[in-house]
Amino acid sequence: MLEIKDVCFSRDGKDILKNINLKFENNKVIVITGANGSGKSTLAKIIMGIEKPDSGSIYFNGIDITNMKINERANLGIGFAFQQPVKFKGITVEDILNITAGKKLNRSEICQYLSDVGLCTKDYLTRELDSNLSGGELKRIEIAMLALKNSEFTLFDEPEAGIDLWSFNSLIDIFENMKNNTKNTIVIISHQERILNIADEIVVFDNGSIKEIGKKSKVLPKLLISSKNGRYTKEGNE
Amino acid sequence: MNSTPNEVDKKILKKISNIDISKLKGAYNIRKDGKLFVRNTTPTINIVSKKDKDGIDIIIKENTKNESVHIPVILEKEGLNDTVYNDFHIGENADVTIIAGCGIHNDSHKKSEHDGIHTFYVGKNAKVKYIENHYGEGTGDGKNVLNPTTIIYLEEGATLEMETLQIQGVTSTIRTTKAYLKNDSNLVIKEKIMTTDSQEATTDFYVELNGKNSSTHVVSRSIAKDGSKQQFSSNIQGNTKCFAHVECDAIVMDDAKVVAIPRIDANNVEANLIHEAAIGKIAGEQLIKLMSLGLSEKQAEKEIINGFLK
Repeated sequence: MLEIKDVCFSRDGKDILKNINLKFENNKVIVITGANGSGKSTLAKIIMGIEKPDSGSIYFNGIDITNMKINERANLGIGFAFQQPVKFKGITVEDILNITAGKKLNRSEICQYLSDVGLCTKDYLTRELDSNLSGGELKRIEIAMLALKNSEFTLFDEPEAGIDLWSFNSLIDIFENMKNNTKNTIVIISHQERILNIADEIVVFDNGSIKEIGKKSKVLPKLLISSKNGRYTKEGNE
Repeated sequence: MNSTPNEVDKKILKKISNIDISKLKGAYNIRKDGKLFVRNTTPTINIVSKKDKDGIDIIIKENTKNESVHIPVILEKEGLNDTVYNDFHIGENADVTIIAGCGIHNDSHKKSEHDGIHTFYVGKNAKVKYIENHYGEGTGDGKNVLNPTTIIYLEEGATLEMETLQIQGVTSTIRTTKAYLKNDSNLVIKEKIMTTDSQEATTDFYVELNGKNSSTHVVSRSIAKDGSKQQFSSNIQGNTKCFAHVECDAIVMDDAKVVAIPRIDANNVEANLIHEAAIGKIAGEQLIKLMSLGLSEKQAEKEIINGFLK
């Protein structure tokens, strides 16, 4: 379980996160949503260790990880998918999956992980993680990495960002598959109704605070009404 | 002539050519300390010593397929300044791999230098892969200097792919490459360099695209660490309907300096020439990504560098 206690974060005189308290229980899919600038991605960076909170603490399975480095948190079992997958010149798809595994995988193992995210393996093994791959392809590879990492807690920051509709449909399938086949905790930051529909629980952020938290059946209908009133569009972007 | 390799020879040959001398087959010519060390020829690849100057002629018969030639150079004698002229005559329709390179072992305070001037005459429709690795080692403070010059003449339909690698122990290098391309010929150059400490590396590419539908791709990837300095210059002359793509990517670290000087001249309306150059430090997001997979910052940096220079 990952627990956030009294976390505050401000930059340039602006309060970005205001006294956040959250518990992410094991074996659940939690979707965090809210307007742009409401603090969702900052919270993700604080969980990962990319940013340090001004005050408050983060606990993972009872261990205070607030001052731990990114890699120390990763080795405890926290995984993170960037909103925009990172590109690397010279590092191939096969390389990054070997790096993720911490050992050299045989090609049939790699093929399995790539197939699970809908990529035809032969075409991708030797391709570099750079501009010759589309946003959708990079995103799928990122998800394959996280599936391989199999972290106890995995956080996806707006996985729908920058991908086309076809890739988005595949993404939904992947998340549904992950939900049905893993006991790990999956946290997704998203605006998308179809991703919200996968959630067990939904957390709504508003202006640096938690506006609402609860089961999907309780929170989602309210969000959809809000969207009709212009607060959210159906497919998410305000 | 004693042609039994010592342990240093074996190590250097492994480093620059990835060869085990005891298992070497095919055509080869190993030069050590300014002299011929060992040579072998085949029915289709002949190697002849020059009579007017230091060096060899490598003559590859037309239609020679799937053969390779190794011509490594070893420098172990302190203070040696070795200049060699090697000419490659590649017959029409041949398809061969040539593995060159120079390794210096210098335990002295004196400078060791090897200047290799290689000229390629590539016949019609011939295909050549040319690999050249540079390496330096030793406990002395003497400089290890390598100044390779490569001159390439590609006949109609000929292809030459040149891969160069220099990642360790070379104090100073000036690499000069000049190429002249006829119709439908293609030149690919892939250069990888890493400099450390106070090392200096200068590379200078000049390519004339004289033949219709000739093309070239020049890709340089380099890493400059510590207080080292690098300079990459390219000058592509598009004199007819042709295509050129030049790409210079460099990672600069610590107090190192990297200069890229691109020049592309379209001397014909149908010349299509592209130059890209990017110099910068390792992106913070790359380090964060790999750290989020469990790697320490040092391990992440190593993976990024290894990938970049692979």
